[in-house]
Amino acid sequence: MNSKFLIYMFKRLGMALLTIFLVIAITFFVMHAIPASPFSSEKAKSDAVIKALEIKYGFDKPLGVQFLNYLWGVLHFDFGLSTAWVGFTVADLIMGGFSYSASIGFTAAFIAIILGILFGCLAALNRGKWLDSVIQVVTTALVSMPSFVVATLLLLFVSFRLGWFPSLGNQPGGMVLPIVSLSLYPMAYITRLQRSSMLDVLGADYIRTARAKGVKSSKVIYKHALKNALTPVITYAGPMMAYILTGSMVVENIFSVPGLGRLFTNSMLRTDYMMIMGVTIFLAFMIILMNFISDVLYKVMDPRIDLA
Amino acid sequence: MPNEKIPIKNPFSLQVDPDLFKPATEEEKAQQVQMRESVSFMRDALRRLSRNRLAMVCVVLILVVALVAFLVPQFYPYSYTKQDVTSKYLHPFEYSAKEQAKIDKGVAVFPHIMGTDALGRDYAIRVIYGTRISLLVGIFSALIVIVIGIIYGSISGYFGGRVDNVMMRVVDIIYALPDVLIVILLSVAIKEMVSSSNNVLIAKLGAGMVSIFMVFGLLYWVGMARQVRGQILSIKEQEYVLAARATGASAARIIRKHMIPNCVSVIIIVAAMQIPSAIFTESFLSFLGLGVSIPMPSLGSLAADARSGLNSYPYLLIFPAMSIFLIVLSFNLLGNGLRDAFDPKLRS
Repeated sequence: MNSKFLIYMFKRLGMALLTIFLVIAITFFVMHAIPASPFSSEKAKSDAVIKALEIKYGFDKPLGVQFLNYLWGVLHFDFGLSTAWVGFTVADLIMGGFSYSASIGFTAAFIAIILGILFGCLAALNRGKWLDSVIQVVTTALVSMPSFVVATLLLLFVSFRLGWFPSLGNQPGGMVLPIVSLSLYPMAYITRLQRSSMLDVLGADYIRTARAKGVKSSKVIYKHALKNALTPVITYAGPMMAYILTGSMVVENIFSVPGLGRLFTNSMLRTDYMMIMGVTIFLAFMIILMNFISDVLYKVMDPRIDLA
Repeated sequence: MPNEKIPIKNPFSLQVDPDLFKPATEEEKAQQVQMRESVSFMRDALRRLSRNRLAMVCVVLILVVALVAFLVPQFYPYSYTKQDVTSKYLHPFEYSAKEQAKIDKGVAVFPHIMGTDALGRDYAIRVIYGTRISLLVGIFSALIVIVIGIIYGSISGYFGGRVDNVMMRVVDIIYALPDVLIVILLSVAIKEMVSSSNNVLIAKLGAGMVSIFMVFGLLYWVGMARQVRGQILSIKEQEYVLAARATGASAARIIRKHMIPNCVSVIIIVAAMQIPSAIFTESFLSFLGLGVSIPMPSLGSLAADARSGLNSYPYLLIFPAMSIFLIVLSFNLLGNGLRDAFDPKLRS
């Protein structure tokens, strides 16, 4: 932990905070550029009622004041009141949905990382053999399938045809298929990343030196090669978070999981602007946080990288 | 030794051998001609690409898919909007009672190659239109990224210094924004705006399409700009750029004539990687109902609609799923092939 590293961390933190601020600003102004009032879609409401609602939600104030109020609220984890789910605050709804999404998402990420590193190493160590070819073909196929294709195919074949797992997320064992469909793409991606970085490392001079010194083959792989080959995988943590969070919008709808993604798509259907803004900012925060953590971790793991 | 033939006259003589200054014979001239014709970088790369059998298969596949997607609708007997209540949920190559009666009378009826959907529309033509949308989104997004990325990246790299610093900070900030979330947000907003205004063009294209192109124009070019800038920074130090500058070439001319041609490999690789991600994004938005507007089909919206009768009519899912899988797989493999061909250093 030298001073150079601290400076880097502060710079990176400043960048993350600026990004968050921009996301809040973009979200706010884009949603407020919509000419229609958020209440006009509700049926059987007189102009007076809409007016009263707008005053209640603070939509009558100048835009700049509204933005500052909103920003102040977001800093206190207060995203305002939901207009579609009457009586609920956006923050409560987000936390309710997040508990489901987090358990699916983190399990999927965990599985993807463990299996991805394992398969990537297996492929690299068996370079050119049949196992490598099989892993390459399967991962190439998996990174070419959008999340909704994977999820609906799993629903059709594994749930409907084979009947191994229920099709609804709230039944026992119902979380298995959502987790599998979210983890396949990142797993394949990590496998490819790990394979190429492992091949790079295995060709390095210090590995040859270690082997020449007579270090056991297993020790060369675990102690010398794997540790260095892991760093590129860390950089994928941020994009993986983004994939899992946006993928959950599709997957949670397909398997009827009451998570954050389903909440988001539902609030789009019901044109609940406060919810759309709140969930967007929350998801963006998670992605930016993950990017920050992975960048800092990357520098910790590999001190050779220039701290610019 | 030829020297021995010439008698030494004095120590300061140059002692030149006149034999060395005889005109070369035809035979000697022929030896100077290069053994191999010079091969430009582009041709070399294309030759490497054509040797990659997998990449060539993908090129052919993409061309065939593109031909089908753009030519077949010209003469196909069914339209993608025509609904027919008598022919709901026909399986592939199945005929409705009405059509069967026609066939019995001896009238030729074009088969529903992929069956029909819940509204009795021919499914094959809908999948073909969906594929067309995917291809168009992929190619136009790549074009947007190429144009903006090259202009931005080359200006930043060429001028360097403070200009570069400011321009790259902007890139850093844009790079950090979560792009998919912003695409979704924009499509929600544009969809609402379309429903309350009557802009024909946006309504026709669909909120998702407009927002995808907007976001590609606003956000996705940063990867390209970074790569082009990096390349330009190293090209800038080359002698031929110095020579061009010394002879009075303008900045625009140097960038256009000397730098961008040398960035071609980077541009091609990055653009090829951009296409699958654009196709993914479009299908994702359409699946969420934010893509092209009804009744225009997209592979994503077809898959979303297929969910309602999934167990009984799985082919409604399988066909669009296969189509998107094949397109993205071919572009991915072609991208890998291009990377290997244009950047031999990166080869793994």
